[in-house]
Amino acid sequence: MSLDKDTVRRIAFLARVRVPEDALEPLVGELNKIIGWVEQLSEVDTEGVEPMTSVAEITLPLRTDEVTDGYYSNRVLANAPDNKGPFYAVPKVID
Amino acid sequence: MAYLIQGETGGWEVVVGLEVHAQIVSQAKLFSGASTAFGAAPNNQVSLVDAAMPGMLPVINEYCVEQAVKTGLGLKAKINLHSVFERKNYFYADLPQGYQISQYLLPLVGEGTVTLGMPDGSQREIGIERLHMEQDAGKSMHDQDPNRSFIDLNRSGVALMEIVTKPDIRSAEEAGLFLRKLRSILRYLGTCDGNMEEGSMRADVNVSVRKVGEENYRTRAEVKNVNSVRFIQQAIEIEAERQVEAHESGAGVVQETRLMDSARGETRPMREKEFAYDYRYFPDPDLLPLDLTPDYVDAIAADLTELPDDKQQRFVTDYGLSAYDAGVLVADRETADYFERVTHATSEGGKTGSRDAKMAANWVTGNLFGALNAAGLSIAESPVSADALGKLLDLIADGTISGRIAKDVFEVMFETSRAAGDIVEEKGLKQIIDTAEIGTVVDRVITDNPDQAEDVRAGNDKTIGWFVGQVMKATSGKANPQAVNELLAKKLKG
Repeated sequence: MSLDKDTVRRIAFLARVRVPEDALEPLVGELNKIIGWVEQLSEVDTEGVEPMTSVAEITLPLRTDEVTDGYYSNRVLANAPDNKGPFYAVPKVID
Repeated sequence: MAYLIQGETGGWEVVVGLEVHAQIVSQAKLFSGASTAFGAAPNNQVSLVDAAMPGMLPVINEYCVEQAVKTGLGLKAKINLHSVFERKNYFYADLPQGYQISQYLLPLVGEGTVTLGMPDGSQREIGIERLHMEQDAGKSMHDQDPNRSFIDLNRSGVALMEIVTKPDIRSAEEAGLFLRKLRSILRYLGTCDGNMEEGSMRADVNVSVRKVGEENYRTRAEVKNVNSVRFIQQAIEIEAERQVEAHESGAGVVQETRLMDSARGETRPMREKEFAYDYRYFPDPDLLPLDLTPDYVDAIAADLTELPDDKQQRFVTDYGLSAYDAGVLVADRETADYFERVTHATSEGGKTGSRDAKMAANWVTGNLFGALNAAGLSIAESPVSADALGKLLDLIADGTISGRIAKDVFEVMFETSRAAGDIVEEKGLKQIIDTAEIGTVVDRVITDNPDQAEDVRAGNDKTIGWFVGQVMKATSGKANPQAVNELLAKKLKG
């Protein structure tokens, strides 16, 4: 598998990373190297092996249905670049 | 009686699938301990998990899992003991994580069925494709400031069930029936309050059309976030008409997301930028798979409340109600409970045992519903309790008052919340069943109206009805109607 310039441009858009047009070509090379490196894994024979996403031998921890958090909008908003009263304020989202 | 659109080239069938987002009833959010209560001050019910602060980790709320399993069982669906949470990646200002935790390849609930009772008495099965759990997003306000949008994250992270139907719905009417039935099931189970105004139930509508007789589906369009049954029905009809025109004119239909503009009565495409995302789902590394045991599911199943379909069947079998009446009574759990309390007389001072169920059903769906609708009240707010209505029915059953008088008594009960017996006593409404007493009145009325009496004797039976009216008037409606009829017939026609 190898990526072309259009695909890399699209990946950058999806990740909201602004990449100047002249930086795309070098990025194509770098990303293809990474993919090539990961693709070495396909040499392993995984016939009949269930896909796994975790190696932890524990089950999903559960929480009881109790309100134990919240009620601190000041802390929540403390790092917001902009706010209007208790609201986050962001550049206008046009729809 | 299939719903068809007549185009220039013949009849078109509408094919609809729904994706319903139902907010799970719980105290705390799906992955954090912040409250889910509606209407709190902005950004107050937000934990650092919901605000996606770096390093915060989600921990799943066990009750939300139970609620979703319960819903799956209520939809007669397969519960998947192994399911996986994945990240659905997209950027939007009200989604601080940059992804929504959802389920994709392996949802918690698989295929199920919802049965609809159609107005003509037939039944329709609508297939459920899947149900999965996911997080809700925050809320954006775009109309408060010329240059900025305001964000409230109170809803961010609240647990949702996305319920996806198969493309089995064939008309706006069926869509409406499905949504009402689904809402009824969710309310019975107590897993979602089904309140569309507060946004706790929302739907995306997938619509396509095809020529009558076609096997395959044509390209569909999705109408997003329609939030009332009426608007959903409107969206289906408008979108279907548009697609028929598009197919017939040769323009064709493209797979796209559209927005409903109910004010202008049209759907229009969302701007491409907003939906042309590739969500790049992948298993959330912060969460392990959700693995349930058969015992866990069985325990929930054993505890499941009686659902509307079963209750309807029981009302038909046990009480001898018509399927229609039973359907009306069970649509809302509170109504069904009220009806059963009216039917089972266990009240102090009243008689015990069972009352006439058909009579009880008629009073609940007729007089009570009429009065509640007129007053804009729900059955929970009824000024006449089930117990009080039951006692009124006892007075009819034992002949103390006639059915006609009972209607007047009911009106007073509805206005004053007083007991039927007291009203009857105070206003002297007790039925006159003493035939001697009624006979005296009948004699007088006949003597006073010799011409009409002659008319009856000449064979005009309609005039008997007039005499009944006169006797009722003379007794303020208290004479037993049956006795009046019998006495009049005897005295006039011998």
